[in-house]
Amino acid sequence: MTGPSTDPRTPPAGTTPPKRRGTELALLGFAVVITLAAQCIVDLTVTGSLSPELATFGTWFTALWAVAHLVVRRFAPYADPLLLPCVAVLVGLGLVMIHRLDLAGSQVGGSTTGEDAPVQLLWATVGLVLFVAVLLVVRDHRVLSRFAYTLALLGLVLLAIPAVLPASISEVYGAKLWIRVAGFSIQPGEFAKICLIIFFAAYLVDKRDVLALASRRVLRLELPRGRDLGPVVLAWIASILVLVFERDLGSSLLLFGIFVVMLYVATERASWLVIGLILFAGGAFVAYQVFGHVRVRVDTWLDPFAYQDTGGYQIVQSLFGLGTGGLFGAGLGGGRPDQTPVAKSDFIASAIGEELGLFGLVAVIVVYLVLVERGLRTSLVVRDGFGKLLAAGLAFAVAWQVFVVLGGVTGLLPLTGLTTPFLAYGGSSLVANFGLVALLVRISDAARRPVAPAPAPQPKLVDAPTEVVQR
Amino acid sequence: MAEIVLQTFRFGFLLLLWLFIFAAFRVVRADLFGGRAGRVASVPPRAAAARKKGARGPRHLVVTAGPLSGTRITLGEQAILIGRADDSTLVLTDDFASSRHARLTNRGGQWYVEDLGSTNGTYLDQQRVQGPLLVASGQPIRIGQTVLELRS
Repeated sequence: MTGPSTDPRTPPAGTTPPKRRGTELALLGFAVVITLAAQCIVDLTVTGSLSPELATFGTWFTALWAVAHLVVRRFAPYADPLLLPCVAVLVGLGLVMIHRLDLAGSQVGGSTTGEDAPVQLLWATVGLVLFVAVLLVVRDHRVLSRFAYTLALLGLVLLAIPAVLPASISEVYGAKLWIRVAGFSIQPGEFAKICLIIFFAAYLVDKRDVLALASRRVLRLELPRGRDLGPVVLAWIASILVLVFERDLGSSLLLFGIFVVMLYVATERASWLVIGLILFAGGAFVAYQVFGHVRVRVDTWLDPFAYQDTGGYQIVQSLFGLGTGGLFGAGLGGGRPDQTPVAKSDFIASAIGEELGLFGLVAVIVVYLVLVERGLRTSLVVRDGFGKLLAAGLAFAVAWQVFVVLGGVTGLLPLTGLTTPFLAYGGSSLVANFGLVALLVRISDAARRPVAPAPAPQPKLVDAPTEVVQR
Repeated sequence: MAEIVLQTFRFGFLLLLWLFIFAAFRVVRADLFGGRAGRVASVPPRAAAARKKGARGPRHLVVTAGPLSGTRITLGEQAILIGRADDSTLVLTDDFASSRHARLTNRGGQWYVEDLGSTNGTYLDQQRVQGPLLVASGQPIRIGQTVLELRS
């Protein structure tokens, strides 16, 4: 701050608010140390010696976060200091677990498809490029609200592409949500999620007064008018369509949950949650009756051991893994997490639970919690309504996805095809979530930045030309 | 690999993970309660100062120009809705105002003006109101042909 100012929102001269970049750097360093320590422990435990790739991995991983930190320091100096370190720990742990499962695969020999950890590191680099690009291009998050309807269209197209493509390109394990071209597989739904959250935020900021004000009171609940139910019913229909045409329980649940919660945040009306739950219950019941793949998921959830040789094999192995891990885990490299099919992507949480135990898995959940808390805090502090809703939506998306995935892995909820954000193997998910964090960093920078001093008051309003539009 | 080393790794790593969380929590706590590292912009000292100042903050909203000139509204804690709609706090009879034109909200003793998507816009001094803006006492708010001011 230079010079005195009369605006009470600017702090007194000389006391600039802390940017906290030093804190971020220290915690990022800590995250890198944790990752490298884990990598060493895995190598020493499994093979008895440090692998030669360790130096490359360490340098690359450190460089990744150094670049991220420098970009934030330069282009979002007031950003929240905890967002990036939390992501670094999660990505690091994910990489280590994938490397550990690579080692297990090569020891058992034969059927593995090669090393996945280097590929994931490459995807993390691509994710970082997106992170930097978002921070560079989106200098002010409010600009995004101008592209709301374009982004909505983009999101819907991304969501719909796999449903339209032939099954040979789009289908993996029965779920049609992929685009597989030339060895790459992309899950466009992950990117659609972010586009749609931006759209929801812009749309609800516009319409929240109508949605919140017009209501009647029934049974101590403020019920909205019938015609205001339109948007929520549309979101519900869209997620049902995803369920029908892409056979993916996860994205369907994710989309609908995000929309209902953002509606609740925008209007402060609990009735939307009730309406959402009723719609969800209805949809879930019908889906259970009509779709075989939903029924399989629900049946194996209710009694996994009855189906342990067929549909319940994964979840049973996951539960055994978590049980073996116990309180303190088998130690990194000490368990057999490779017993669970697709442990690298869908079941990475159970691999962590087996090797790090309850204490380790809870630590990972707490890191997610900190990430989400910072997002919601940003939402509380930022001054514009669009930013508030966007930050809340993005933070909730992470929380909801983690809840649904961990619920599935631990047998609390039916299994869904969602990936654990940042941890799980999978390029699209990792890259998209880097984009999501970049948006949160951008909004938190706006939230914590001190308000620029107002321009000097100009004299004589009456003489000033104003624009008056005659209707 | 010796068993003792493996056990050290096993518990040492968990300890490391929780130390990270502890460090993160310290930052969270510093944000919430103002730790040694100083306060953060999100919980600014000005909020406390503003609350103290609240007693001598603006008390009235006065219409200084336009059809309703001379009207005076006593400010409370509630937001003030300005527009031509009948349920507004200040019902304007101004052809250039929208039915829900602008809103004045009280946050910590300070008043913010916000445009509610009006046709002709709301002006604070010469500045067109886009997001919520802080209104100082005596600063003219212009809505159509009406000019409002906060007075203490």
